[in-house]
Amino acid sequence: MVLGGLLVYPVYQLGLISFLEYTQAQVSGGEPATFQGFGNYAELFGDGEFWRVLLATVVFAAACVVSTLAVGCALAVLLTRVRAVPRLALMLAALGAWATPAVTGSTVWLLLFDPDFGPVNRMLGLGDHSWTYGRYSAFLLVLLEVVWCSFPFVMVTVYAGIRAVPAEVLEAAALDGASQWRIWRSVLAPMLRPILVVVTIQSVIWDFKVFTQIYVMTGGGGIAGQNLVLNVYAYQKAFASSQYSLGSAIGVVMLLILLAVTLVYLRLLRRQGEEL
Amino acid sequence: MKLAPRLAVLLAAAVVAATACAPQTSDNSSSGKDEKSGTLRVWLFQEVNNKPKEKVVDAVLADFKKAHEDTKVTVEYIPVETRAQRIKAAFNDPKSAPDVIEFGNTDTAGYVKDGGLADLTEEFAAWDEAKDADPTARQSVTVDGKVYGAPYFVGVRALYYRTDVFDELGLKAPRTLDELAATAKQVHAAKPDLYGIAVGGAYTYGAMPFIWANGGELATGKGGSYASAIDSAAARKGIEAYTSLFGDGNCPAAKCAGMGGNDTVTAFASGKAAMAIGGDFSHQAVEAGKAKGKYAVVPLPGVKSGSIAPAFAGGNNVGVLKSTSHRTLAVDLMKRLASKKAQGELFDAMGFLPTFTDVRQQVAAKEPFVKPFVDTLAAGTKFVPASPAWATIDSSQVLPTMFQEVISGKKDVGAAAGDAARKMDDAFGSAG
Repeated sequence: MVLGGLLVYPVYQLGLISFLEYTQAQVSGGEPATFQGFGNYAELFGDGEFWRVLLATVVFAAACVVSTLAVGCALAVLLTRVRAVPRLALMLAALGAWATPAVTGSTVWLLLFDPDFGPVNRMLGLGDHSWTYGRYSAFLLVLLEVVWCSFPFVMVTVYAGIRAVPAEVLEAAALDGASQWRIWRSVLAPMLRPILVVVTIQSVIWDFKVFTQIYVMTGGGGIAGQNLVLNVYAYQKAFASSQYSLGSAIGVVMLLILLAVTLVYLRLLRRQGEEL
Repeated sequence: MKLAPRLAVLLAAAVVAATACAPQTSDNSSSGKDEKSGTLRVWLFQEVNNKPKEKVVDAVLADFKKAHEDTKVTVEYIPVETRAQRIKAAFNDPKSAPDVIEFGNTDTAGYVKDGGLADLTEEFAAWDEAKDADPTARQSVTVDGKVYGAPYFVGVRALYYRTDVFDELGLKAPRTLDELAATAKQVHAAKPDLYGIAVGGAYTYGAMPFIWANGGELATGKGGSYASAIDSAAARKGIEAYTSLFGDGNCPAAKCAGMGGNDTVTAFASGKAAMAIGGDFSHQAVEAGKAKGKYAVVPLPGVKSGSIAPAFAGGNNVGVLKSTSHRTLAVDLMKRLASKKAQGELFDAMGFLPTFTDVRQQVAAKEPFVKPFVDTLAAGTKFVPASPAWATIDSSQVLPTMFQEVISGKKDVGAAAGDAARKMDDAFGSAG
């Protein structure tokens, strides 16, 4: 009951506000709150920028999820292959990245890639190339940071999963002459499926909602708003310009998209006869 | 399916519980009370170096307490960065709200629409000092013909330039905007590690004079209804002039497109730019940097030789909250804080320019540094549209987006200005 209340009530408020005209004037009592029906949604869907931002968010989140999973899984496999000391070092490095608060991490990455003082440009001999100026290079930079701070979760979880796989199975595969890649694809991945599902859904949700990295690294959405993603867009609408109802509408849309993605994914798995 | 009935009950219960709670709306009507004693709460902005300001305010309070012996005043200096949240919170919760606040003059219309500021038209008209307030300052406290506060100080921008660089290259301070662009390019060509003039794609207040000097306007209209004029031919010429300063010839787009006003002043102060558009309030920052002792200031030139580009009249106001229960006392305190005497003292302490024309003349005679700024003010300044929509336009970055689209080559001036005009009109329309 308590759990339900804690979960349902905020969502209910979010939904309710998204149907009202609710700006600062309404909050502070300057004007009464009026019911708008789907007015906020109509405004949102009629705005070309929303669709542009939505597309960017989906593509960016997809790229982040794929990169995070690839890096995380590859390093998890690597962890099982190396000796204790390098393993410890890798673990500690990953945990360090994981433990770094997003704002700190973003600021440090930004500094590393700074056009005037950044060591990366100096090492690559790029002069004063600005990474945050171009749309794709800015997204790439943020993607690197997102992957950096979220791969440890994937790595640690998958590593634990691999450890739980009976050694005989792997040995048998190796004796049959299977390559590393073949072992991963035909033996490990199917056995780790439940773990990979959880990790993927987690990553989808995280990366779809990415806020801090974009907000900090591109200065609130990049040159002329080219690096906006949905969450930052919602923040700009709701809090920077006090259009709380429009921000809520974006929130509801995000909620529905994420629910749909998760449901479709679970349904697909079920079709294949896998029970979680 | 054993869970389903239980879930249904739970959901039903949750819905019943939740329907009782609509989103919160606070009752921010005027209290109707006008107590003549008690405690007045005042919120002023915390400046970078706040001590001198506190002294001026303390002197005002000492006089105020002499006049109203059984009244106490508590002053809180709030950080400028979080003022928006603080003041919104004060509007949302009148019980913990202050009686008198300082606020940025571009926020006036928005706060009025939020229902936060008290209408002081009568008190302002009856105030004998108010007749000397300069017209733009008066405009910055006026919404729909009603007055909602007293101007506290004005801030205005002018052209800072490096005298050593100009002497070395045999250049003179530019007398027109075209000369400014040419001079900037000459400097950058001779000294590639210097920006000719530091400009920023997000530096709206530095860009506005270019639009105004070319005869353009941000928006036209009076009172409640405004229409964007940012896509008029004259305004487009101004946008063209400003955005042409970005590029490898002066201020590379990759670096300058994202800069705001502070970044350009920092670039100038740290010796990375030969010119910059800075405010009278930037003086301390420049003095603290490498450029100290090697610069001069002139008014930003207009299109014709000898003319001055109309500057944006920034600055702060002092107002009384609608929810105050000590209206008479609060108004009296506001007048004292923003009086000629206090503004003169505030200038001596902080360098903030007074809003009264006569006081400003006096301080300009005392302090030669402010002369270009006073000249700029005397040449006529402009203000952003006094519409609540301006807060929305400002915070949703309509103008920076427009400049950045042009600078980065994503759109041409016509298309970017057209989009910006549409967004502005949307905002004006929904603000009603």
